[in-house]
Formats: sequence, C-alpha cells, structure tokens
Amino acid sequence: SVFLLILSNVSSNYLLFSHDLVGSNCAAVLGLCGLLNSSTCSDLFLLSTRNDDLKEMLESNKDSLKLDAMKRIIALIAKGKNASELFPAVVKNVASKNIELKKLVYVYLVRYAEEQQDLALLSISTFQRALKDPNQLIRASALRVLSSIRVPIIVPIMMLAIKEAASDMSPYVRKTSAHAIQKLYSLDPDQKEHLIEVIDKLLKDKSTLVAGSVVMAFEEVCPDRIDLIHKNYRKLCNLLVDVEEWGQVVIITMLTRYARTQFTSPWKEDGLFDENSETAFYESDEKKTKNGDEKKSYMMDPDHRLLLRNTKPLLQSRNTAVVVSVAQLYWHLAPKHEVGVITKSLVRLLRSHREVQYVVLQNIATMSIQRKGMFEPYMKSFYVRSTDATHIKSLKLEILTSLANEANISTILREFQTYVKSQDKQFAAGTIQAIGRCATNISEVTDTCLQGLVLLLSNRDETVVAESVVVIKKLLQTQPTQHSDIIKHMAKLFDNIAVPMARASILWLMGEYCERVPQIAPDVLRKMAKSFTSEEDIVKLQTVNLAAKLYLTNSKQTKLLTQYILNLGKYDQNYDIRDRTRFIRQLIVPNEKSGALGKYARRILLAPKPAPVLESTYKDRDRYQLGTLSHTINTKASGYLELSDWPAVAPDQSVRNVEVIEPTGKSKLSKSSDDKFYSDSGEEKEKGSGSSSSDDSSSSSSSSSEESSSEAESDEEKSSSQSSEESDKSSSLSEKSSSESDSEQKKTTKKPPQKKTVKPTTKDSACPLVCGPGERLHGFVSKQVPVSLSLYSLCILTPCPLSCAAALLQVSGPAFVPEKRHDLLHRMTGKGLSAQYQFPRQPCLYQPTMVSVQISLTNTTDHPLEQIHIGDRGPTGLDMHCFNTVECLLPEASVTVSLGVDFNDSTQAANFQLCTKEDQFSVSIQPAVGELFLPATMTEQDFRKEQGKLLGMNESSATITMAAENTTRQPISRQVATVANLGVVPSGQDNIHRFAGKTASSGAVVLVTVELRESSAALITINTEKSVMGPMLLRDLKRALARA
Amino acid sequence: MINSLFLINPSGEIFLEKHWKSVVSRSVCDYFLEAKEKALEPEDVPPVIHTPHHYLISIYRDKLFFLSVIQTEVPPLFVIEFLHRVAEMIQDYFGECSETVVKDHMVMVYELLEEMLDNGFPLATESNVLKEMIRPPTILRSVVNTLTGTSNVGDTLLTGQLSTIPWRRAGVRYTNNEAYFDVVEEIDAILDQSGTTVFAEIQGVVEACVKLSGMPDLTLSFMNPRLLDDVSFHPCVRYKLWESERVLSFIPPDGNFTLMTYHVNAQNLVAIPVYVKQSISFFECGSDGRLDVTVGPKQTMGKTVEGVMVTVHLPKTILSINLTATQGSYTYDNGTKLLVWDIGKLNPQKLPNLRGSLSLQAGAPKPEENPSLNIDLKIQQLAISGLKVNRLDMFGEKYKPFKGVKYITKAGKFQVRT
Repeated sequence: SVFLLILSNVSSNYLLFSHDLVGSNCAAVLGLCGLLNSSTCSDLFLLSTRNDDLKEMLESNKDSLKLDAMKRIIALIAKGKNASELFPAVVKNVASKNIELKKLVYVYLVRYAEEQQDLALLSISTFQRALKDPNQLIRASALRVLSSIRVPIIVPIMMLAIKEAASDMSPYVRKTSAHAIQKLYSLDPDQKEHLIEVIDKLLKDKSTLVAGSVVMAFEEVCPDRIDLIHKNYRKLCNLLVDVEEWGQVVIITMLTRYARTQFTSPWKEDGLFDENSETAFYESDEKKTKNGDEKKSYMMDPDHRLLLRNTKPLLQSRNTAVVVSVAQLYWHLAPKHEVGVITKSLVRLLRSHREVQYVVLQNIATMSIQRKGMFEPYMKSFYVRSTDATHIKSLKLEILTSLANEANISTILREFQTYVKSQDKQFAAGTIQAIGRCATNISEVTDTCLQGLVLLLSNRDETVVAESVVVIKKLLQTQPTQHSDIIKHMAKLFDNIAVPMARASILWLMGEYCERVPQIAPDVLRKMAKSFTSEEDIVKLQTVNLAAKLYLTNSKQTKLLTQYILNLGKYDQNYDIRDRTRFIRQLIVPNEKSGALGKYARRILLAPKPAPVLESTYKDRDRYQLGTLSHTINTKASGYLELSDWPAVAPDQSVRNVEVIEPTGKSKLSKSSDDKFYSDSGEEKEKGSGSSSSDDSSSSSSSSSEESSSEAESDEEKSSSQSSEESDKSSSLSEKSSSESDSEQKKTTKKPPQKKTVKPTTKDSACPLVCGPGERLHGFVSKQVPVSLSLYSLCILTPCPLSCAAALLQVSGPAFVPEKRHDLLHRMTGKGLSAQYQFPRQPCLYQPTMVSVQISLTNTTDHPLEQIHIGDRGPTGLDMHCFNTVECLLPEASVTVSLGVDFNDSTQAANFQLCTKEDQFSVSIQPAVGELFLPATMTEQDFRKEQGKLLGMNESSATITMAAENTTRQPISRQVATVANLGVVPSGQDNIHRFAGKTASSGAVVLVTVELRESSAALITINTEKSVMGPMLLRDLKRALARA
Repeated sequence: MINSLFLINPSGEIFLEKHWKSVVSRSVCDYFLEAKEKALEPEDVPPVIHTPHHYLISIYRDKLFFLSVIQTEVPPLFVIEFLHRVAEMIQDYFGECSETVVKDHMVMVYELLEEMLDNGFPLATESNVLKEMIRPPTILRSVVNTLTGTSNVGDTLLTGQLSTIPWRRAGVRYTNNEAYFDVVEEIDAILDQSGTTVFAEIQGVVEACVKLSGMPDLTLSFMNPRLLDDVSFHPCVRYKLWESERVLSFIPPDGNFTLMTYHVNAQNLVAIPVYVKQSISFFECGSDGRLDVTVGPKQTMGKTVEGVMVTVHLPKTILSINLTATQGSYTYDNGTKLLVWDIGKLNPQKLPNLRGSLSLQAGAPKPEENPSLNIDLKIQQLAISGLKVNRLDMFGEKYKPFKGVKYITKAGKFQVRT
C-alpha cells in the first residue's frame, strides 16, 4: 500500500488517488495501471469536484503542464461534464505561442463563452489582432473563433470583421466569413440587412471554396431574396462540379428552388402530347398540326438546360447526399422523359449503409407511386432479405406493391408468399396488407389473392391471421356479392381467433352481409352473447352492431339475444359501449319515446357503405420536396422552404445575363478556367455582347475617357498587386507572378499617354514578347483579352502549381495573320453575289468564345443587291453572331463584314444561309483546326509545367523529315503560325521551338513543341486535353513542315 | 445544420458529446433511447426521429450509435453521410472504431470533430487534410511525444485545404513509390429452395493504396470497361474522360482510398461459385427436427473457394442442437440462436457436410418457416465478373513506381432460402 502511495504521488492527481486507496488496494492497482496507460484522462480524476490542481497547472510556466491540463479539461467537456469554473484560468492562455495549446483554448472558449460573457470579452482583442495577421490561416481561424463566441456585445465587432473578411484576398478567409454570417445571424437577426449585403458580395465570388458556404448562408439568412441569385446563376451552374461535395448539396437544393420560380414547366406540353399522341392518328390533319404547334411552343430556357446538364455528372458522386440531391433536382425540374437517368444511381445507393437505404427507399417509394415505369426494371433490387432491418423491409414492400402491375404481379405474389412465412411477424403482417393492396389495384388477381388470404386464416400465428381477416374484410367490401362462402369460412374460424381487431372485423362482416349468411349469423351472435363480458371493447361494439343489424333483418330469431346483449352493454364499464347501446336501443326497439328516427333505422344501419381505398402511405408525400427532412418525417420541418409551382409565364430571362462589370472589359473566361480544375469551362456562356460592343464604341469615341478608365484600372492593379505582395509573406510560390504583375503595372501606367491615338492595347503589351504585327492591325484586341490581375492575385495564394501555371497563361495578339481567303459562295451559284471568308485571328468582339470570321461580299451583277443578311442557321446549332444586314450593295462594289462563330472547339462546319432580298444560298464555313486557337504567351518554365500535366493521352507526337528551308527559327515560326494561331514561347535551346495557345471556346491549353534532330528529322509534339484537336493539328503541322 | 453529436454505446451510455452551435442538453437523447428500447435489434432503430423541438438523425455502426441533433430542415442524407465520414475518420486514425478507442483518444477525437464542422457545416472531411492538421498517433510518435513533450497537432500551417485538389496533401515524399489496387467484387444473391437464382448481381469496388511522391497523375484503364454498368467515383476522377474514353484519370489522394465502385451489367449472367444442398425439417408430432447442409463448388473458374462460412438464424423455439460437421467447426449461441459453421477451404473431392438433430422447446409448435442460410466465401485472384485492369500509367513525376493489382471475389449479401 505504501508502494502504491508513492507511485500515485508520481502521477499528477495524487490528491484524489489517496482517497481512493482507502477503499480497495486491488481496485487501486487496476486504476493505476489504467492511469499510466492513458495519458490524457482518467476516470478517477473525474471524481474530483474541485479542479484546483488543474488551475495550478494552467498557471504554471511550463507549456507542457498547461497542455496537459487543457487536454484534461477538453476531455471533461467531451464527456459532458461542466468545466466552466476554470474559465478565468483558461482564458489567460488565449495568446499562447504554443499552437496546440492555443487550439485547445479556442475550443474551450467557444464552448463556454456564452456562459461567461464578461470574461470572454477579455479574449476579444487577441482575435482582433489576429484578424490582421499576414497569414491567411490565422486570419481565418481568428474569425472562426470570434464568430463562434456567442456574446451579443461583440456583434458590432463581428459585423466589422465579417465585412472585412468578405473582401479578403484569400478565398479561405472569405469562406470563413460566409460561415460567420450564419453565426452572427443566429446571434442577432437584426443584422439581417447588413448581412445580406455581404452575402450579395460573396455570391459574386468566383472561388469554388466560397460558393458552397455562401449559398448556405443565403439559405439561412435570406432564402427569399431570389433576386440575388440571378446574376450568379450561370456561374454557380458552371462551378458546381468543382465545389466540394457538401457545398454541392446545398447549391443544388437552392438551384432547384430557384429554377421552379424562373422557368416554365417542361411537363405540360409533355403531358399534352402524350395524351394526344394516341388519338392524333385518327384526328384530322388540322388538329395534328395544332398539336404540333403546341408541342413546339415549349422551348426550354437555355439556363434551365444548363442546370440539368451540369448536374448530371454528379449522379456519379461517391457522396450519397449529392446523388439524391441531383435526383430530386431531376425529379422536380427535368422533362418527364429525362427523369429516367436518375434511376440507376438511386438503385446503386441501395447497396450503401442501412441508414442511406432508408432515406433513399423513402424517396423511391414516393417516386414509384407516380412513375412505376422508372423502377420496374430494377424490381428485384427491392426483394427483401431476412437480414434487412424492419423499417427497410417495410419500405421495400411498399415499393414492390407500387410497382406491381398485370405483367409482374405473379412474380411479386410469389415473392410475397415467401415473406408471409417470415419469422418477423410484423413484416409478415405488412406483407398481407401489401397483398391486399395488390388485389384491389389489379382486378385480375383479386380472386387469387383472396384465396391465398383465406388459406392464411388457418395459419398458426395470430398476427398473421388477424391481419388476413382485416384485409379480407376490406377486400370483400369492394365486391361482396360472390363471397358468402368466404364469410362462412371465417365464421367457422371465429372461435380460434383471439386478436380483437380480427374478431371485430369478422363480426362486422357478419352484420354487414347477414342476409347472405342467414343461418350462421344468429349463431355467431349467440356465441358472442355468452362471451360478451370477457371481450375487448372493440369486439363489444361490433357485437352490439351485429345484434342491431340482425334484429332488423331477422328479428324473429334474434330478438331475445339482442335484448340480452343490449342489457349487458347498458351496464358495461366503458362509456362508449353504454352510449352505443343506448343509441341502438332507441333506434331499433320501438317504443313511445322513439321519434321519427326509428323509421329510418334500417336505412341508417344497413346503408350501403363505400369500399375502403387501400392506398400507399406515400401517396401524398410528394407535396414535400424529395430528399428533404420534411419528406422523411412527413411533416413540415422547421425552416422547410416550399417548392413553388412553375410560373405560368417565365419571368424575364435577361436578368441572368452577366454584364462585364469593369469598363476595361476584363473577361471572366480565363479566371474560370484556372479556378475550375476539371470542369470544362467551355460551357460558360457569358452573354456580354451588348455591353462589350458599347464598350467598343465608347473606346473609339474619345481618347480622354479612355485614359481615365485605364488609369482607374492601373490603380486597381496597384492595390491588388500590393495586397498580393503582402500575402506573399506567407505563401511561397507567388514571387514570380507578383514581380510580373509589377512590371505589368508599370507598363500600364506608362503607356496610355504615349499612345493616345491608338486604342488602348495596354493590357496586351503586358507580355513584352508579344509584339506581333497583328496587334497593330487590330487595335481593339485588348477589349477581349481576358487578363484580370485582381482575380489572379487570389489564385496566387493557393500554392498549387496547377492553378498558378494556368494563371500565368495569357492570351496575346496573333503572331501572323494568313491572307488566305476561302470561297464561301461562288458568283455562279450565288447568282452574281460572291462571298469569300478569312480568319482575321483576332479575338471575337461579340463573345470571347467565338472565333471571328471576316466575309467580303462582292456584287458581280449589274444591279444592286439589297438586304444581304444571314438567314436560317441550320440544325447544327453553333452559336453565331451575325453581321448587320447590308442594305444595299451596288454593282461591282464589295463590302467586308465580320461574323462571330462559336465552333465549340470542333472543326464542324458552320452552316447557314446567306440571303439577299430575293434569294437565299446555303453556305458553310469550314474552319481549319488551327483557327480555333488564341495565341498565348508563357515562359519556358510555365510551358514545361503545363506540358507536364498534359502527358499520356493528352499528348500526340510524330517524327517527320523537315523540308530543307525549315531548319531555322524564323521559317519554323512562320510555318507554324500559318497553320495555327499560336504564340511563340521563348526557348533557351536552339533546336527546340515551342508554341502555345488556348482553344477559343473552352480555353484549353494547347502546346506545340518542334524539336529538331539530326539530319533534318524533327519531332513534333502536341499537348492538349482536347484529344480530337491534337491529332488534327499534328496532321496539319506535319503537312506544313515536312518536305513536299 | 448539424447542431450536436452524441456518441452512445449499445447500453445507452452517452460517452462523448460535441456541440457546434449552442449547447443542446443531453436529455434530448432520451427520445432516442426510448426508440432504442422499443426496437428489437439496434439496427431497427429508425434513423430519423422527430421530437418536439429537434430532429434526431442517427446511424448505428461498429456497435456505436452516432446521434446528431438537427434543428432545421436539412437533407437527412447530408447528415447520415457526414456521420459515416466521422466513423470512417475514427477508423482511419486509430485503426478501429470502437468505444474504447474513442475513450482512449477523447481529446483528439474532439479536436477532429471541431475541425470537421464549422457552425454545423462540413469544413474539412478529407482525411488527407485532417491528417495534416492533426497527425494520427503512432506508437513511435506517442513515445517521442511523452519524452519530448511535443504534440500531435501540426505546427506548420497547413495548405491542403486551400488547394484546388483538396484531397491530396502537398509535399508527399516516399522512398519506395508504390501504387496498389484491389479489385474487390461482391456477389449479392438470393437463391431459392431448389437452388435457382432468384436474384443475383455483382458489386465491385476498386480500393487503392497509393504511396507516390509529388503530384502524380495516374491513368488506369480496363481491358473490358463495357462490363461496368453503373459507376461512382472518388472526387479525384475526371468524369469527362471516363465519359469519352472509359479510362480513370486522376491525381490520387495520399494513402488508402476508394477509387470507384461499380455495378456489373445486369444482363450478364452472374456465376454463382457455390451450391448449397440443404434440408431442414421439423417433425409434426415430436419436438424434433433435422438439419442437413452440404456445400460444394459450382462455377469457380478453376480457383479455390476459401473462407466459406454458413450463418443461420435458427427459430426462437429451438431448445438445443446436436450436429456434426465433416469439415470445419460450428458454433452455436443459444441466446441469439445463431449457428455459425466455419468451413474454410472447399475441397471438391470431399464436400463438407453438417448434419444432426435440432430439438424444440417442449410444447412449442413447429416453426412455419425454415431459417435462411447466409453464405460467406472468398476467392482469391479472381474477379467473378471477368473485369481486368489493363494498365496503369503515371505522368507528372519522373520516378518509376511499383504497381500491383489484386483481385478478390467475396460473397456480399448471399442468401439461400430454405
């Protein structure tokens, strides 16, 4: 014992231990062992009510002791014990240098600040200081803790911190601020208006990190402010694939609600068409065309389609919540014929955890009622296993019942037969109900089912028999005529059945159909009269009913029995039965007091009763949005947001159009391409055509306004680069890019005064290597050049080599513009109108994803051609920006117009009709693959980095023999530039030539390397993720460079 | 969203609580414990319970209840999925998920929970990110920690959370670079009394263990990708490439992860590797019955069937059993009426057989339904669907990794009705 005492002194909490020793040595030994094993906490310690030693440890100088104490305190909190009295001792350590200690103190603070508000205020200044820390993670964690301290006094401080963090450079800090919004809102709902401002700001954020969190805040704070979503709708759709999985769920749920308010129903026309399709064949032609018109009148909004298209890949997510949220989106938004795509994924989830199965099955149950066809092919996946949990079994049963139809009912019934025998009697009873439902729904099998159920009446198990009786009762009610033998059979079984509900059901049947079984019914009543007193209430009530009905139909035999039973009922303990007896007596036994009602006794008691409808409990669950908590519990959960009905007329679609915000025409294209890792940015459609053209006009109108705007721009850049420099202290990677932005900044500030007459090409010249002739030719190029420094500087913070490299990719002017013209329309076929097209290789004015095409029209006739314009564009559906109608083209005159075509990164020809006033000619523009690129500049290093990411399947290469003249830099560059609109990348080696560009539509990087080998051999390598364009470009290059 | 989390053991003791918003009294668990009392088995507790002020969403896993408290509308699967992630995280960190493990590492679990949610919304659920913030314990490290007083909390500021590839931690270095893939297929089947297949399908999963330095970009292709009917992927897999070219292209997380799960086209007939001949009968008059089960190999593609195990839930009225097995051994728990026959390897020459008598409680009626048999089995080096990995290519890094693929077929929910 002494030994133990010494040992226990070694351990830190000796005080209490010595107490314990008095009890039993044995226990102490065990306890000690446990204590030594687990260093963090000991249960023995919890016995202490005073935490003096902990306080002492917290006040010591050693971090390790403090840490030990904090760990024990956290363990106490985790166990749900109260540790609030330690608050003063703990809060002193909030500024500790030791990160682990600090973290634990934060955890403690968040837990108890609400209870110890005054003391909690002591820590606030520490967080305020940390909010200004150069390190983004420290800023974020300070905001996180500060906003978690639920002390109303600091609301203004929190508000300020949130506002600042919302415009922080780091997306991570912005994400944290989105979380803080919800916390502040729950603490002080009065801040709503201010918070909405912040939400509005954060919704515009383009980082995938922020998107999920801010939408969550939106849902919590102002779900009704749907107007905030308009401008961000397309962006959210496009970002969705790259948002983390939890954010995806929230965004998809929100977008489902949004879409239901903004788009017209894709169903009405569907339904109408379906209904009419059968009759249409016989109807007159007139009607048919009308039908066709109606069908045509529905055009899905492209934004609606965008949402459906971008969510579909998420059905393959590993996260079940994401899959179900996409499924519900399709269920609520997609045209009926497209909903089928979700089936397979939902069935897949049935192999997941039991709880997942539960929720998914519930959703399937609701769906399968409306759309049997969807799940019928997967019927066998809903077969019940004996190992399934009870609630899973009953859900599967529910679904199987809904899926039953004439074709598969025999299979299902066979399966049900196995279930009826199950040892789980509750489940067996459920199966019997299911059989009953099948029998009513499918009239072909009603008889078979009834027979089967009657067989079950001789089952040994009471619950099975009882359930069968109840179901048979319901079935008979639907078609009572031919089943008197079943009733007789049940009467025979009556003595053996003990379950009250079943007995009551048989009695009711007897009474209801007493005229069909005139011999048996009085006998049953006789038996009941004997056992009346010992029956359950529900049976007694039915006995009284039976007596009354028999009295009315067969009073000769049953008069005395009835009176006897009524007398028994009169003195029953249950007031319901006494009431009923009194009522029945007044109704059927004629006496002076009974009024007019007695005459109607027969009509009251033996009125034909409507058959009960056996229907699913999931019948009306679809009033709740699928996948929600409310749907699962079948009541409206607090905070549930109703899914509105489709609007009859679609609200203004243009609200979703995104204007280019800065007057300098910074495009979003390149930004999105670096933020998004895997999604294809080609789907982003920024319809900024209107605003960019107005940009153009303003830029050409006055040079002075130009100057001011570019100055504003340079200011902005200055600030952004400064702040990025600030954040550099913590992040390691951005050194180079910030220096680059410095140089760029200098250029932008210098240039405008020099080039007053020239349109502002400042942004372009940011990369000194690009000084192609094309730039001078097409001065307004800069408008479209998608370089946005302020946005990039955010990405610079992310130390991922991928995003950094992409950020350095800048589009430059074309190095070379081929003069080659292609025939669009020959003058012979064009009845005198001839047209030629060429690719000017300038970024398209109308949309950054378009390739611009110049068409020169010449009139070779001797009369003027009027109203030359573009007509029908054919079914290929390439997005195209037409030229303005040429009102009149005089003989021998020619005019050049420009056109924008989004080739969607494919060499598919753009077909359209060129129309004059009288004629129309089908023409097509066939782009060479090289014209679908925009040149880009990058350093050799970046080039290598990018190339490293595009290996394997993304690489295509070939060795060729070079033509003799193509062995030096100049000709090679020219040849490559002729073939493809690519930019030259400076190369350190003489024998390697590099070219870079990106595809116009999706902005995918295209890298070309020409490596000269011995004896005029050369290796051409192309790296691009566009696996179709790579080989095509390679073919063209081979042709150009190889010896003829 | 998620307000609080309680960990509850099967006997109803709450041994850990964590609140992400205002504290919810643990008395809220009473509603759950009530439901638990009502349920016969812990599996039968309804996952979603509606109480007057809160909604309780729970999962039962590894003999623990994870109970979360919700106050407002939230997709239930969102919560369920998260709770499973918590369980997986504990498993990942400490090797198993059990009450003792959680109690031993109370503080670390608490810290992890703190990092996983912010204000009830998931913040960091990727194991790679979490491990960078809070390092998992190892024996060596715990020794070092006790000696030097250093801690498991990462003192360098992490970066993983900020990257565009949040699932992979930065700066991974290995001396041996290796990538192993396990193709595990499970046969789910229901066979009826006569041995005909009522329902059968194959579920597959590709588990990966990738320990490669730097930022490798892997491409895995199959010989016969057409077999795969329905797939789901780890977020790292580029879906577009799968759509267009049927290859798995991805930058892998570091360590163990599930790359994909798949379902094999239902049109293909599923080969059932074993057959079961059984007869379980009870005599009408006496309180006796007989059981005779034989298991034999059927379509095994020339491989040996191992780890065969037959599990039977005998009827509640069974009093005792007296059986003999020609191979392996059987255990019987009279409390749960669970009979487990562990056969081991199947020998085609000498089929294992289990037979003997069952005695019922005196006076108990003959059970109506014979209990169904659950079969467990394993076949090494075989993917029963015939799926084969074609090749694995690595880009982005210079070194040559060790590569390996292993195939295993198992029985999933394999049930024989009797």
